[in-house]
Amino acid sequence: MKTDIILAGVGGQGILTIAATIGTAALQNNLHIKQSEVHGMSQRGGDVQSHLRISDKPIASDLIGNGSADIIIAVEPMEGLRYLPFLSKNGWLVTNSTPFINISNYPDNQDITNEIKSIKNHIIIDADAMAKEIKASRSSNIVVLGAASPFLNIKFEDLEKAIRTIFERKGEEIVNINLKALKLGREFAETQM
Amino acid sequence: MQKILLLGAEAIAQGAIDGGLSGVYAYPGTPSTEITEYIQRDKTAIEKNIHSKWSSNEKTAMEAAIGMSYAGKRAMVCMKHVGLNVAADAFVNSAITGVNGGLIVTVADDPSMHSSQNEQDSRFYAKFAMIPILEPSNQQEAYEMAYKGFELSEKFKVPVLLRITTRLSHSRSGISRFDLIEQNKNSLPGDPRQFVLLPSIARKRYKGLLSNQINFEIDSEASEFNKYTDGKDKSLGIIACGLALNYLNENYVDTEVPYPVLKIGQYPLPRKLIEKIFNQCEEILVLEEGAPIVEESLKGYLEKEKVKGRLDGTLPRDGELNPNIVGKALGFKQEETQNIPELVAGRPPAMCVGCGHIDAYIALNEAIAEFGAGRVFADIGCYTLGALEPYNAINSCVDMGASITMAKGAADAGLIPAVAVIGDSTFTHSGITGLLDAVSENSPITIIISDNFTTGMTGQQDSKALGKIEDICKGVGVDPEHIIVMNPTKKNHDEMVRVLKEEMAYNGVSVVIPRRQCIQTLTNKNLTQKLRELNLR
Ligand SMILES: Cc1ncc(C[n+]2csc(CCOP(=O)(O)OP(=O)(O)O)c2C)c(N)n1
Repeated sequence: MKTDIILAGVGGQGILTIAATIGTAALQNNLHIKQSEVHGMSQRGGDVQSHLRISDKPIASDLIGNGSADIIIAVEPMEGLRYLPFLSKNGWLVTNSTPFINISNYPDNQDITNEIKSIKNHIIIDADAMAKEIKASRSSNIVVLGAASPFLNIKFEDLEKAIRTIFERKGEEIVNINLKALKLGREFAETQM
Repeated sequence: MQKILLLGAEAIAQGAIDGGLSGVYAYPGTPSTEITEYIQRDKTAIEKNIHSKWSSNEKTAMEAAIGMSYAGKRAMVCMKHVGLNVAADAFVNSAITGVNGGLIVTVADDPSMHSSQNEQDSRFYAKFAMIPILEPSNQQEAYEMAYKGFELSEKFKVPVLLRITTRLSHSRSGISRFDLIEQNKNSLPGDPRQFVLLPSIARKRYKGLLSNQINFEIDSEASEFNKYTDGKDKSLGIIACGLALNYLNENYVDTEVPYPVLKIGQYPLPRKLIEKIFNQCEEILVLEEGAPIVEESLKGYLEKEKVKGRLDGTLPRDGELNPNIVGKALGFKQEETQNIPELVAGRPPAMCVGCGHIDAYIALNEAIAEFGAGRVFADIGCYTLGALEPYNAINSCVDMGASITMAKGAADAGLIPAVAVIGDSTFTHSGITGLLDAVSENSPITIIISDNFTTGMTGQQDSKALGKIEDICKGVGVDPEHIIVMNPTKKNHDEMVRVLKEEMAYNGVSVVIPRRQCIQTLTNKNLTQKLRELNLR
């Protein structure tokens, strides 16, 4: 069993928290993991990506090869499209629908939606709105993770456990809000598959 | 013991701590910064009083580490690749002085220039200085090389280069640790003249270094980090250095590599193993991250050997390797992939909303209009992003400190006024000596030190300049009337433009200091406390 995941977003949107959650769940299950991320220059409002690889066998490369990612998890819709060359033919694109507009030439939102819909396996989720509904607007990244959770080859309970580990320091309330966000995303995904 | 999940950079830090480190010396620089930051917050390192404060620049860091080694303790210096240019004088000479306590120089290269101005390969420097190199292929090896590198350094009494690249530094994996080694006790070098590089002594020491080369090679041949794996198909032999090994293996996930493979993790190259693979195989493919150093040395000037790699186009001459590039070189058909839809727009890094550099640039652009374009020499930091739309405010960014000195040279050539833009941390890294040059000739330049109280670009580390800039400028000899501090805000725009125009018209050195805290540090309690103490907030 091997899962190759591309995480995409804009600096500061929380893709590293998604990576840490999946990574923690993988480690708690004694799986091998490699997670490569972008630091430094690209953090200043630029696009960021992380390659996350999980396997029950040792992993060679830190980078995922072209056309071989099982899933792209995007917290921003245009950023999800940026990494399509990595996606395998039967891979999933799970993406937030709320754009992050910090450039003047940001494309038309409807055009982006059309592009996403032209991909065979996709889930578009309005994670920002859903997070707001449960008064957890900072947890939209975890809503997206929830929506991606059916495709990770990791049990949902293990992701929940990882959320507890990751947010433990911040107190019970934050843990619960993120557990709720995760579940909300998951339930939405199940209606879309 | 359970494995811990660490970045390659953090694995090196942990390896050094466990390997008996007494002090790390460094100046921030992507992708090396996380090594020192890890040691700064590590509980054991704090308990054991391991030195981890930032240095002013890479040269001062290198020299302090040589000093710690002189006194018998194990030291590590960390920097990004271009930092080694700054530290080069000390670095090359440290090969001649040799060490007392183990000394590891960890340099993080940045092929593909993810956040750098070039992609130079640090292995050249170690070859030039004639010292051993360790180059890990994964996070576990990174840990082990840091741990065992001190022993290697003490065995041969020379510094060792630990070379990594961005991909390994910034990728996480599980690490198993070794037992903690106690720190060395203080001791003086056995030879009291070892570190005195007078020509007569240096000549002797240099001969010693030369005669040691064969021992380095013998050590490489037996090294656990160099490994020959046989393969049935002898039509090709593959030499894979460091991280490149993984990209090779990624192409054979479910099978064995059919060719003989020589993995390289320690240099100088293990001559006997190289001979073996040359004798067994018809052709050789060299996979190395960075410059074709190994390839070039095996090919020879007349290119008689059948060596393939970056020099003959089998692999691209520049940029980072990846599984696909290596797969193509091995003759694997590459699958067709989906394209990036045309509508996807670039999202370049930008200065943050609310950044003081922005207001300084808006004022500068207005003030300079009457003098004409092409006269702003900038430097390296967040403010370099002023080169991009919509500011287009600067005309150069070469190396740290070059703003002031280039402005001086341009003014010498008649481009008057010339303006320099430099950050606070870059100013204390290597702007002060340039300022002294300008002051000693009373050059007609205006220097803008855009002070945000931090080393912003690399992740908001402490800035040595904090609270000291005006005094430094005065001490170097700038006329106090031409040292002007401003608050870069929209409200102060007109005032800033007026001051800048006035100072540009002045026929001598002026220093204008737009000063506002980096917004990324607003929640940093330590910094807030310091700013209060200094009356800066
Ligand atoms: C020789 C060298 N060392 C380190 C770096 C990495 N580096 C790039 S920008 C920067 C920080 C600059 O800080 P500052 O001048 O205060 O400007 P700010 O980013 O805060 O605006 C550093 C350390 C480099 N490019 N070159």
